[in-house]
Amino acid sequence: MMVRNVFRRRSPIALSFFEMAISYLILIIWAGVVLFPLYWLLVTSFKLPIDVNMGPFYLPFVDFQPSLHAWDYILVGDLANDTRRNYFNTVVVAPTSASLALLLGTAAAYGLTRFEYRPRLGIILSFLGALVLVFAAITLGAPWQIAIPGGVALFIILLQTVARRFKRSLKNNDIAFWLISQRMLPPVAVVIPIYVLFQRLGLLDTHAALIITYLAVNLPIVVWLMRDYFQSIPIELEECAAIDGASRYRIFWSIVLPLAVPGLVATFLFVLVFAWNEYLLALFLSGAKSQTLPLTVAAQNATRGPQWWYMSVLILIMIVPVIAIAIALERYIARGLLVGAIKG
Amino acid sequence: MTTERVSRSALAEAGIGIEAPTVSAARPVGSRIERWAGNVFILPAVLVVLFLSILPLFISLSLSLSRLKFVKGGFEINFVGLANYHKLLFGSEQDHFVGVIASPSPLGWVFFLGVGAFLVWWLVRYIRAGGYGMVGLVGRVLTMVLLGLLAWLLAHTLSPGGRPGTVVVTLLYVFIGIAVQYALGLLLATLTTQRLPARRFFRVVFLLPMMITPVGIAYTFRMMTDTDKGPFQPIWQALGLGLYSWVNDPWGARAAVIISDIWQWTPFMFIVLLAAMEGQSVELMEAALVDGASRWQVFWHITLPQILPVSTTLILIRLIEAFKIVDLPNVLTNGGPGTATESMTLHAFIAWRTLDLGGSAAIAYMLLFLVTFLSMSYVNILRRRVVEA
Repeated sequence: MMVRNVFRRRSPIALSFFEMAISYLILIIWAGVVLFPLYWLLVTSFKLPIDVNMGPFYLPFVDFQPSLHAWDYILVGDLANDTRRNYFNTVVVAPTSASLALLLGTAAAYGLTRFEYRPRLGIILSFLGALVLVFAAITLGAPWQIAIPGGVALFIILLQTVARRFKRSLKNNDIAFWLISQRMLPPVAVVIPIYVLFQRLGLLDTHAALIITYLAVNLPIVVWLMRDYFQSIPIELEECAAIDGASRYRIFWSIVLPLAVPGLVATFLFVLVFAWNEYLLALFLSGAKSQTLPLTVAAQNATRGPQWWYMSVLILIMIVPVIAIAIALERYIARGLLVGAIKG
Repeated sequence: MTTERVSRSALAEAGIGIEAPTVSAARPVGSRIERWAGNVFILPAVLVVLFLSILPLFISLSLSLSRLKFVKGGFEINFVGLANYHKLLFGSEQDHFVGVIASPSPLGWVFFLGVGAFLVWWLVRYIRAGGYGMVGLVGRVLTMVLLGLLAWLLAHTLSPGGRPGTVVVTLLYVFIGIAVQYALGLLLATLTTQRLPARRFFRVVFLLPMMITPVGIAYTFRMMTDTDKGPFQPIWQALGLGLYSWVNDPWGARAAVIISDIWQWTPFMFIVLLAAMEGQSVELMEAALVDGASRWQVFWHITLPQILPVSTTLILIRLIEAFKIVDLPNVLTNGGPGTATESMTLHAFIAWRTLDLGGSAAIAYMLLFLVTFLSMSYVNILRRRVVEA
C-alpha cells in the first residue's frame, strides 16, 4: 500500500480553514444529492397509498404513520411468490453469467497478452460465410439437421479451394481490437436475431438464454480490462515457472490469476452489476418464468398508475445486495478499473 | 525462435495454434494439450462473440434491408433494398429520426461555423505536416464531412422552429451527460483526495448510484420530478410552478433524463479519477506548493496532465456505453412528451414493438454506425495525441 503511506505524510501546506469549509460544503451537498433519492425510496416504502397521494411527507412518525403494508405485500402477501421467483431468477442469472464472462474473458485476455496468434484471413472469411449461410437457412425455416452438415461441407470446400490463396493473416492486436470493439455494438442491433435463435432452440424464457446473452455482452469489457491488467504483470515469474516445468494451465491458474485478483474483483463487480440491472435484453428474452427483477420493478407501473410503495420496496430489496458488495469491495473497484483505464 | 506447427488440421492451418516463443522456448517438447494451450485460452471467447454478436449482426443487416409482411399462417420477408434507411433519413420517419429542420438561429450559425473552422484547421494541419498516406487522407476527409454534417444537423434542429429527432436527442444525452459527469467527477475526486477526515465515508456514498438499476433510478426520479406529490413540491409551489409539470415540457423532460443519467454515472468518473489522482507523485505537488504555486496552478499544470491519459479512456468507455441509453427515457418519460425524449435505442425498440422489424434493425444499424464513427474519431483526433504525447 504505497499510496497510503505517501499520503500519511504531512503535506507542507495543509488546507486552510476556509478551503476546508468549502471542500466539505461541496462534498456534503453531493452526498445529499446522492442520498436524498435513496432516503425518499426508503420513506416511500413505508407509506400507505394515501400518504403518497396526499402530497409529500418527509419524516416517518412526524408527518405520517409508517406502515409495513408494502413490505408485507411484496415479501409475504400476494406478490411473495412472484418476488421470490424473480429474485431467484436474478440471483441465478447475474452471478452465473458474470462468472462465465470472467472465466472466458480472462482466458482470452491472457492468451492475447502471452501467446502469438496468426489466424489467416481467408480461413476466417470462409468460416464466417458458412456460418452465416447456416444461420440464415435455419432462421428461414430449414431443418438444422440439413443446414449444419451443409455448412460444414461448404466450409471444407472453401478451405480447400479459395481460402488457401489468401496469405494475409491477423495479429494479436487485431483480434483484441475486434473482441473489444464488440462492446460498441448496441444490444438492440443484435437482439432480434438472438430472439429468433433462442426461439428456434426452444430456450426462450429460460435462464440459459439470459445467461448466454449477458455473457456475450459482457465478454468484450472483461477482455478489455483484463488484457491491460495482464500487460501490467511482469512475465518473469511465468518464465521461471515454465522452466520449472509447470504447464501453461497451471501457470495461468496458480500464478497469473492470484496476481490479478484486484483486477478480477473489479471486473467481476462491473459485469455483475450490469447483469443484475439489465432491462432491455431481459424484456426481449424473458417471459413469466425467467423474469428478472428490473422487469418486476417496471411491472409495478400498473393500469392504476405507478404503485410507488411496492416499487420502492422492490427497488430497495434489489439494490441492497449489490450495494453491500460494492461497499465491501470499494478499494478493489478503483484500483482494478484504473489499470484498465491507463493503457486503454 | 522456434515456432512449431501444431498439426495438419484446419485450425493449425489457420495458424491459430502457433505459440509465442516467449515462455515456451524453454520446453520445446510438450504434450498435445499443452501445445494447444493458446487455442484453449482464446477460442471459447472468440466462438461466443462469433455466434452471439457477429452472426446476429449479419442477420440484422439482412433484416434492415427487408420488410416483414404477415401473410396467412406466418410471415414472409421481402428484400426492399435501402428503403428502410431511406424512410428514416428522408421519408416518412424523417421528423421522428432526424428531426424537423429549421433555419438556424445566429447561435446555431456560430456553433456550426466554429465546428467547421476547427475541422478545416485540423485537416490543413494534417496535410501541411506532410508524410500522409492515401488511406489517412481519405479517412480524415470522410471524418470531417460526417462531423460537419452532425454539426449542421444540431444547428438546424435545435434552433427555434426545428425539432430534434432521436439522433439529435441521443447525441445531446451523450455529450451533455459525459461533459457534466466528467466535470463533477473531477471536482469530487479532487476534493476527496485532500486529507480530509471522513474521506472514506464520502468515497463509499459517492459510489452508490452506479450500482442501482437504471429502471429503479428512472422511477425514483419520476417521484423526484413530480411537482404535485414529489418531495420538491413546496419548492415548486413557492416558485409558482405548482401546477406546471416540467416533465411535460420537451426540454424539461430531456433535462430530467440527463439529470438522472448524471446522477447515475458521475460515480464511475469519480472512482477512477480518484484512483488516478491517488497514484500520482506527491513530491512534485509538494515541491510546487513550497515554491509558491497556487493550488489552481498545481491542479492545472501538475495534476491534470497526469490524469489526462486515464481521462481519455474513461470518456471513451462512457462514450460507448452512453449511446445505449434506453431504460431511463423509457421508464422516466415513456419517450414523451411526443417523441421528445426518445433515444435511438428506444426508437428501435418502439419500432420493434409495432412489428416494423426492418425499420428497427435499420435504426439499430444507424446507431452502430454512429457509435463506431464517433468513437473512432474521438480516438484518432483526441486520444492518440494525449496518450502518445
